[in-house]
Amino acid sequence: MSASTSLYRRRRLVNAVAIVLACAAALFGLAFLAWILWTLLSKGLANLNLALFTQDQPPPLEEGGLRNAIVGSLMMCGMGVLIGTPLGIAAGTWLAEVGNNRRLGTVVRFVNDILLSAPSIVLGLFVYAAFVMQTGGNFSAIGGALALAFIVLPVVVRTTDEMLRLVPVQMREAALSLGVPQWKVTMQVLYRSALPGIVTGILLALARISGETAPLLFTAFGNEFFSLDPTGAMSAVPLVMYKFAGSGYENWERLAWAGALLVTLFVLAISLGARAILLRNKPAHD
Amino acid sequence: MTTLAPPASARDIADARADRRFRWILTATALFVLVTLAGAALSMLWGGRSVLAHEGLDFFLSSDWNPVEDKYGALVPIYGTIVTAVIAMLIAVPVSFGIAFFLTEVAPRWLRTPIGTAIELLAGIPSIIYGMWGFFVLMPVMREHLIPWLDAHVGPLPVVGALFRGPPIGAGMLTSGIVLSIMVIPFISSVMREVFLTVPARLKESAYALGATKWEVSWDIVLPYTRSAVIGGVFLGLGRALGETMAVAFVIGNSVSFTASLLEPSTTIAALIANDFGEATEQYRSALLLLGFVLFIVTFVVLALARLMLLNLSRKEGNR
Repeated sequence: MSASTSLYRRRRLVNAVAIVLACAAALFGLAFLAWILWTLLSKGLANLNLALFTQDQPPPLEEGGLRNAIVGSLMMCGMGVLIGTPLGIAAGTWLAEVGNNRRLGTVVRFVNDILLSAPSIVLGLFVYAAFVMQTGGNFSAIGGALALAFIVLPVVVRTTDEMLRLVPVQMREAALSLGVPQWKVTMQVLYRSALPGIVTGILLALARISGETAPLLFTAFGNEFFSLDPTGAMSAVPLVMYKFAGSGYENWERLAWAGALLVTLFVLAISLGARAILLRNKPAHD
Repeated sequence: MTTLAPPASARDIADARADRRFRWILTATALFVLVTLAGAALSMLWGGRSVLAHEGLDFFLSSDWNPVEDKYGALVPIYGTIVTAVIAMLIAVPVSFGIAFFLTEVAPRWLRTPIGTAIELLAGIPSIIYGMWGFFVLMPVMREHLIPWLDAHVGPLPVVGALFRGPPIGAGMLTSGIVLSIMVIPFISSVMREVFLTVPARLKESAYALGATKWEVSWDIVLPYTRSAVIGGVFLGLGRALGETMAVAFVIGNSVSFTASLLEPSTTIAALIANDFGEATEQYRSALLLLGFVLFIVTFVVLALARLMLLNLSRKEGNR
């Protein structure tokens, strides 16, 4: 009797301790993340102004903005998405429609999952060795876009694959039994039904690359001046942040925080948008 | 007379041809994914071949990294990479498990979705932001409070003490490990939470019906059921911590001389590459490419193990 009471008491105690620790862990995690966001807002918000978008990056101790970097980021992210998306959609379609039950399909899915979480710096070095070095060692926005495209690719492959496999088999069967060729079934029936999911994937990929720094160091390199030339070195907001943040120049540091806030807001807005698209279209499938 | 199928019309033939072509394009892009991975590894190895031929095994065993004299022994960055990732995991895994436990069993229902979503969104914040926060906010805190305290109280201890002695600089493996852990916590905890949610409700309900506490359900029912996937999630986080560049480059201190202390500046593979690449000579770049290859192989093994373990759980679900 007393043995079972003490066992009961111990179990209750262990449970209470575990729950307290879990709450503490949640608070700990959230507190740090809140601290980071607070730092970002308090240091960045004061430096958000119109000059950020109208002036180029300044020399130390002079006023300026981030126009060249913002334009460079937009261009390279745009090109990266444009290159990575079609390839990703096609490979994802192969996985879902052709290779689903084959051994090669398993291998491709596995390799793609590894690419998905491979360190971005490795992809940057890959593009440096395979593209920049082969083109005479000159850094270019195209190289930067290629490196970003290799980050976009696995994300789009994965979402396309998953979304196409959610499309009911009956839709394929119905279309095929009417004598529609397979490519038309894919393009006009399957993609239409899986579109919201695929768009979500593309947006998530865009969110991921817009803050990437490491792969751009070896490919786009950065550029102090405004440039629209895709064959030359180009700046990007994270590259400028990396250069400015630890510089010790007060105005450079302020610009770095402004850029940090800008990038974070952009990323959060896109992720929220992607979620909204997915949520709005969910009931249609169920 | 046997009946024959009507002869194929020109349109049928064109359709069949288009189908074949369509399939070829799809197959080619799928193969492209495979080629990308192989190409990434081989191109870095190719770029680093001259240093590999020159240094041989010394590249992995020597800690003498001196680009001026053309000596490349990568022991220090390799050691730094492993140590920072281990510190990050030691902090992040228990905290992430606590968060996942909190979100799946403890928290009131109305709180679960908002906190879960918030954590997932935070997993998307670019890593350079964590690096800047570490540099401007965490490093001063380390310098003024934590490091002097560790140096005074843990430093004199035998054996362990050697890890915690040093001047209050602020940059070092401990600071990097802490920044990395904060970066991977949202990541690991959201994987764990997702995995915990796949446990069939009737398993948990049976345990609750027998009088099990929340902790017992999590530790004895949920965790064994999802064990392999949880380890897979941890390994995914480890892969991220090993290859992370920007969060570390700001706070590691970038010193290639060996130190046992976690409080003194050191470096990691990724931070060294990012830091030195811009000003490097051709031979030095070759060494950095080789380092990139080493990083790739290490993360590849870790990520492959992670995926295999995550596959285990989805197989279990499928067989049910």
